[in-house]
Amino acid sequence: MSWVLVALLVVPLAGALMLLVPYGKGRLLRAHALTVSGVTFALSLVAAVAYGSDGAVGMRLVTDLAWVPWLNLRFHLGVDGVSLPLVVLTTLLTFLCFVYMCREGGNGPDRLPRGELGPGRPRALVFTLLLLEVGVVGTFLALDLLLFFVFFEVVLIPMYFVIAIWGGHARRAAANKFILYTLLGSVVLLIGLLFVWARTGTLDMVALASAHGAGMPRSAQTLAFVAIGVGLAVKTPMWPLHTWLPAAHTEAPTVGSVLLAGVLLKMGTYGFARIAIPILPEGAAAVAPWLGAFAVIGIVYGCLACLAQRDLKRMIAYSSIGHMGFVLLGFATLTPVGLNAALFGNIAHGLITALLFFVVGGIKERYGTADIPALGGGMLARLPHLASLLTFACVASLGLPGLAGFWGEMLALLGAFDPAPGLSRPLFLTFMVLGGIGTVLTAAYFLVMLSRVTHGRPTETVHAPLLAAVGPAETREAVAAAERVTEKVTADAEQVVEETMAGGEDSGPVDTAVVDDTGGAMARRDTEGARGSDSSGGGGRARGGRVRDVTPHELAAWVPLVVLILLFGLWPKALLSLTDPVVHGLLGAP
Amino acid sequence: MIAVTAAVILLPFLAAVAGLLGSRFPRGARGGAADLAANRRAALIAIVPAVLSMLLALWTAYVSLTGTGVSTGTLDVIPTGSLPISVGLLVDPLAASVAVLVTVVALAVQVYSVGYLAGDRRYPSYSAFISLFTSAMLLVVHAADLLVLYVGWEVMGLCSYLLIGHWWEDRANSRAAVKAFLVTRIGDVGFLFGIFVLGMAAGSFRIADVISQVPQMSSGTVVTATLLLLAGVAGKSAQVPLHTWLPDAMAGPTPISALIHAATMVAAGIFLVARLHPVFAGAGPTLDVLAVAAALGMLGAALAALAQDDLKRVLAYSTISQLAYMAGALAAGADGAAILHLITHGAFKALLFLCAGIVIHTVGSNLMSAMGGLRGRLPITFVTMTVGFAALMGLPPVSGFFSKDEVLVSMERALAAGPLTDAAALLLYGCALATVAVTGAYATRAWLRTFFGERRAVPLPESATPHTGLAKSATTPGFPESTTPHTDAPEPASPRAGLSELATPHTGPSVTAHTDSPEPTTPHTDLFGSAPSRTGGLREAPATMLWPVIVLAVPTLLLGFTGVGFAGAADVHWGTAALSVLLALLGAAVVYVVWRGAPLADPARVLGPFRVPLERAFYVDSLYRALFVLPVLHLARLVARTDDRVIDGAVRGSGRATLSLSGLVRLTQNGNAQLYVTAVLAGVLLLAVGAVVLG
Repeated sequence: MSWVLVALLVVPLAGALMLLVPYGKGRLLRAHALTVSGVTFALSLVAAVAYGSDGAVGMRLVTDLAWVPWLNLRFHLGVDGVSLPLVVLTTLLTFLCFVYMCREGGNGPDRLPRGELGPGRPRALVFTLLLLEVGVVGTFLALDLLLFFVFFEVVLIPMYFVIAIWGGHARRAAANKFILYTLLGSVVLLIGLLFVWARTGTLDMVALASAHGAGMPRSAQTLAFVAIGVGLAVKTPMWPLHTWLPAAHTEAPTVGSVLLAGVLLKMGTYGFARIAIPILPEGAAAVAPWLGAFAVIGIVYGCLACLAQRDLKRMIAYSSIGHMGFVLLGFATLTPVGLNAALFGNIAHGLITALLFFVVGGIKERYGTADIPALGGGMLARLPHLASLLTFACVASLGLPGLAGFWGEMLALLGAFDPAPGLSRPLFLTFMVLGGIGTVLTAAYFLVMLSRVTHGRPTETVHAPLLAAVGPAETREAVAAAERVTEKVTADAEQVVEETMAGGEDSGPVDTAVVDDTGGAMARRDTEGARGSDSSGGGGRARGGRVRDVTPHELAAWVPLVVLILLFGLWPKALLSLTDPVVHGLLGAP
Repeated sequence: MIAVTAAVILLPFLAAVAGLLGSRFPRGARGGAADLAANRRAALIAIVPAVLSMLLALWTAYVSLTGTGVSTGTLDVIPTGSLPISVGLLVDPLAASVAVLVTVVALAVQVYSVGYLAGDRRYPSYSAFISLFTSAMLLVVHAADLLVLYVGWEVMGLCSYLLIGHWWEDRANSRAAVKAFLVTRIGDVGFLFGIFVLGMAAGSFRIADVISQVPQMSSGTVVTATLLLLAGVAGKSAQVPLHTWLPDAMAGPTPISALIHAATMVAAGIFLVARLHPVFAGAGPTLDVLAVAAALGMLGAALAALAQDDLKRVLAYSTISQLAYMAGALAAGADGAAILHLITHGAFKALLFLCAGIVIHTVGSNLMSAMGGLRGRLPITFVTMTVGFAALMGLPPVSGFFSKDEVLVSMERALAAGPLTDAAALLLYGCALATVAVTGAYATRAWLRTFFGERRAVPLPESATPHTGLAKSATTPGFPESTTPHTDAPEPASPRAGLSELATPHTGPSVTAHTDSPEPTTPHTDLFGSAPSRTGGLREAPATMLWPVIVLAVPTLLLGFTGVGFAGAADVHWGTAALSVLLALLGAAVVYVVWRGAPLADPARVLGPFRVPLERAFYVDSLYRALFVLPVLHLARLVARTDDRVIDGAVRGSGRATLSLSGLVRLTQNGNAQLYVTAVLAGVLLLAVGAVVLG
């Protein structure tokens, strides 16, 4: 059965290469994308079935071929309880992204139109995403340090193009920041990996992990851990190496955001579980307090930053920093429960944040903006299904028990309550308390956002096309101008919309239109006014004055995520029984 | 036994799933008659499992109370890498009797809601959330593992959030919902940590193991754990200092207030302490803290109830006060008395809320200044609500008399012997007696102002609501009653009242009457469909609302006689009972005398300068806002700025620094061959000198 893992790499790669042959119309491209990603997903399910659930430790479905014999590089693939869920998550999310791209209507660049291929270069996008899938799946399957690094790097290039070509207004800057930042991290990672190779003479991750750092003194391990850890932390991202993430998420197209948050961030945390902690246990013990400190700073910092965001996508990007903080805190405890928490949190975050980005992408497509004040509120009245899904995703993300997000956070805190021997207990208790404060703040920003966006009376937000053409700097100016009109707005986050309504009331039937110096106009109107004059205007998809609620394609892409969030929330054993035996092996614990 | 209990829990859960997914099927049928069909279907989906669940719970309680005692069952054990979580249930007399309360009140509320929310287009989700809540509460009651209990505990909080915000068109309701969730969540973090401490010390999260391991734990561990658990209890049961969310939670529909914010969810904290009573009994300092918080809470909330004008807020503060009674009884070491009061309070407070719902439904306002003289027009409601108020005051022979007597006796006993320190016990008992008098006063005030005297407002109910401006503008023929009858203004002194003066015709309900949005924002339009309040003739509510009230009045009246044995006490303690009845009547008499002097005015006027502080509940909300909310928001803005300027600034700065450095280096690449040759020669010279000097 070991061919399955090779096929997991070959199928999407072959699918991507086939696209280089120039032929076919939109329908064919759709079928191609869905088939290739569907087959890959099915293969990952086959791998999961073949893996079984007997709870035995060790790599399965191993392929071990010579690759560069004189360097002793090997093409070594395998899967265990740590990597299997991530592989399935990757193939699932890629497949769902393609399903989502088949949706009708909309003006996003990430669409696969049924008829003529539009100007959005959909063929290139499919090619890029399939290549991305190869890289990510390879990262999770690789059992050779250099092979791991190769796949790790392969991912960067497609993601760069996804942001730089199909992104928003400031896509170039965001893409450049993303690629430079992560490449810099990769260099440090490579140095660390080579250092390990130089000290131990092998690149075999299985052998290195079972040696548990034998042959490397503590100082060397610490050095190697710091180098590898920094490289992985950029990807995760860990505070303060996170600033590429909000920019990349804000500018990336919906599918880019989904894959970035759902899968790419997991490569960093997977590296901790697969390489850094098992191969360098003493280094991990030395660095763990710092890792934990940065993790909880990231939790609290990310939550506070979320409270002050006004762009939905940016807010969710910052919320990722908070959630990945919980994952890192789990690793930092160096206990089986902490590692379980981190691995569970990984999957949960992948599902939940992917759903959040999907839904927010749908909102942005319909309203023409993701700016929270501009959305205006009342979404539950205008788009009840979309708003309900947003509510569900937010509630899952804030860690409600019974949904997937809870178990990762709870177990991470439990791990911090009783960290591994040798780690300072009071320090980790402090981390636990800060993490607990983080969960309250997480609930706070999600509920405040829900209150502002989904509750209240609906107001029609009309964006003149001019605004769609100006860059983000101007957008910010326009927004600032809008803010100036509704004075006192900034005082209280919750009062923003209320005050704006009051402003509208004062001015009576006259619309509050704000025109900034670049000519961008943003008009907020009450429903009545908007119905009269502007039913066809603006960037929002007004079809007969109505915005469509969730479409069948969107539903098809989102429902599997909802089901899985519920499943793992109600039956966490489904994941924990996979990871738990492996985790004990990784830590060398009984 | 365990299978039946699992069915009791799962039936409402399945009802919730079916109600959420199935009510509107086939899709696309929205608006008008189709919506009513969906509502009917949703009502059926909600009520049938509720009936089954109640019957099974009754059977379980019968079996458990008459014989078998405790039985537990474990479905599965989840490995975590540390202590495992055992998914299990437990049935004992405590759980079974509380489960009966939950299922009965839930059923009553479900039936009541059919009438109360008739025509509300969000009724399907509403009834599904009630079902989900019922299931979660039953999970809390029957959980055999602390973490399983925590799951139910939090899901209850979510349902509370969703249901308080049922009428989310109004920002005030939305804010109240967020506040309720966040305040309880603060407590819940402490609760989770308390579970960690207990579980790690006991080596298991199973409740039975924890209780059996208590003697082996150090007292520091027990005190820490119980204090942390107490945070969750204070949050959920609205005890000082985390009580501020409950009065605002009255923004939700009245049946929700009856179910979640009076009878069941807020009692979960009390239930938890009773469940872990052996643990708490070993932690003296925690009990002192609980006693002091309860003493302050019961008196403070009762005083605040005395000054409220909103009938539901009177009942909300009364709930805080009565929950504090139970907490006080727990602190005094009498968990039986606390649970007895929990059950009777659950019955009579749900009754009071449902009656208040009928009154509000009929009058069209929450404010008692708009009520009065309803005795003749709502005879059934008058009788049932009188029973409820009598139980609240603790007058014989209503159930509240017996349970309050038990509570007071337990506090009296704590003066002499018990886990409490003398000062705490004295404070507790003193506050409890004072609260009895204040309770008599505020209950009498509410009773008189609602049912006696003259109707104070003209029959236009809208004129009393803060949405005056909106009401007058709503003249669209299809929406003659589109003013929000359940105004639910959480703050009587709200600035919204002033705001409504500015309201122009295109804001508010009249707009939504025109809009083609899929969900018209006047969800309770049809509530008034049959109530001809404009013509001045008020009449009783529909049967679906009256029957639950009548049914709940029966246990309110009789529960005391059956419950005396439950608390383990032989009979009524006449000395204490006489004292408390005397005090309650004293409070009532004062209010009556004041009211008699001027039946149209509010008896609260005699409070004089204290009235405003009491009405604002001692400004605790403002204090918290200044202490916590605003600093956090400031901090958030600071972080966002820092992230942009400092951290990302450093990143961008490094980019700029690299560019300028490259510019510097580029200066040497100026294409002048002479310079290059000179540099090469200089290098050779340096190397040569270096070789000579060092070599």
